[in-house]
Amino acid sequence: MQDVWKTYPDGTAALRGITVTINRNEFVYIVGPSGAGKSTFMKLIYREEKPTKGNLYVNGFNLEKLRQRKIPYLRRNIGVVFQDYRLLPRLTAAENVAFAMEVIEASKKTIKRRTAEVLELVGLKDRMNALPSQMSGGEQQRVAIARAIVNNPAVIIADEPTGNLDPDTSWEIMNLLEQIHERGTTIVMATHNKEIVNTMRKRVIAIEKGVIARDEARGEYGYED
Amino acid sequence: MKISTLGRHFREGGKSVLRNGWMSFASASSIAISLFILGVFLLLGMNLSDWTKEVENQVEIHVFLSLDTTEEQIATLHQAIGNLEEVRLVRFVSKDEGLELMRQSLGKDAEKILDGFEEDNPLPDSFTVEVHEPRQIGVAAEKIEALNSRYSVPLIDKVDYGKNTVETLFRITEIIEKVILLLVAGLALTSMFLISNTIKLTIVARRREIGIMKLVGATNSFIRWPFFVEGAILGLIGSLIPVIVIWFGYWELVKNSQLTFGIMMIRMIPVEEIMPKLSLVLMGIGLAIGVLGSTLSVRKFLRV
Repeated sequence: MQDVWKTYPDGTAALRGITVTINRNEFVYIVGPSGAGKSTFMKLIYREEKPTKGNLYVNGFNLEKLRQRKIPYLRRNIGVVFQDYRLLPRLTAAENVAFAMEVIEASKKTIKRRTAEVLELVGLKDRMNALPSQMSGGEQQRVAIARAIVNNPAVIIADEPTGNLDPDTSWEIMNLLEQIHERGTTIVMATHNKEIVNTMRKRVIAIEKGVIARDEARGEYGYED
Repeated sequence: MKISTLGRHFREGGKSVLRNGWMSFASASSIAISLFILGVFLLLGMNLSDWTKEVENQVEIHVFLSLDTTEEQIATLHQAIGNLEEVRLVRFVSKDEGLELMRQSLGKDAEKILDGFEEDNPLPDSFTVEVHEPRQIGVAAEKIEALNSRYSVPLIDKVDYGKNTVETLFRITEIIEKVILLLVAGLALTSMFLISNTIKLTIVARRREIGIMKLVGATNSFIRWPFFVEGAILGLIGSLIPVIVIWFGYWELVKNSQLTFGIMMIRMIPVEEIMPKLSLVLMGIGLAIGVLGSTLSVRKFLRV
């Protein structure tokens, strides 16, 4: 991921002139008050939103020139993890992970092997046939992470991945993300969790009122909430 | 797309029918009910139009000849009428045959009335003419009458095809056919609307899932295929039920009513002649509605 520059006035002006570069293999926290534009920032990366002005390069894709039909191919290089997990409700854990591989038309054998592999990595091997409704929040989030990494994406976008989890489970998830980061994956994570940011020190980008207020290499959370 | 992916789409489509049990049931039954009504009307319509054709085909032209026509003249006239493009068949009815026919049509009591006419038959010789296209009967009659101008003495005394009766008949059959067409078209349209609405409901319920699939990097066609298969399955199931019911019902009806309708001179189209056609039409419509309904509805949610 290189050279991100975007302006985004949209009636509500979510982002107003942001220039930032996130390098390969970085771990970045995006912090800031609610409604400051964190989510918009994330959505721009996986092209759920389109910038009204400015250029944006993700993983070699020029998002401004990216055609509607090519968006899926961008997203295959990006793993996404959300606060509300976003698993397919009628598929089991294993099927949810496998779905991401069916999308790229991997062979059945590869799908089976790789699915088992990542489920073991996130520690859910014995829960692979459970439906999302039968799993705890932490388990569901681990399935979501397994799905995000199954295709070895260059980047993981995590939008408040610990937002709905208790502190212990949150740390489990963070350790998992750290592990994935150490394997060479870029991680961009929006968060409200002060304790995590202050303990697991990483680069911190603070967005306030649609502009970058702070960008520190081993920063602190810096808000009282 | 790889073959194995295509296989996956078919599997997923099938699974989806089962997973969405009640919604699938709702869609399939709304297809079934609509197609059942449509099928019954189609059956009725086809029989009616078959019957009207039958009636129309019974119209014929009677050409009465002058009493002093020679046999030679009759032969040339026979050929001349036969050469008209509208004419399908010309049959010569001699005056003796004419008398016999009249005797038959009058019934037993009249036998005596006609006694003694054999020697001095007052009836003219005539032709009975059938046409290819019943509605051209007026034109054919005019053309036959016009043949008279070829001869110095008119050979044809009178051309009769029951003008008024035939015209009324055609007006009625035309109305019947239009009404049937209108009914069938109306029914097809309403069932299309009903069904696509039901299918749309099942897909709206899965809008979130579609969004998730797109986030994971699924292309539109990857998402659309299982829905396509699902729609086809629902359409086929939904049309198979009315096809079976109508087939069986019509078979019973024909079997039990043959005698009654036979007396009334109404011929019902035999099962083996009409049902395969009707089944194909119904299943085709069911399939098309299922597929169209689901792919059109899913299209709306693909822009994520």
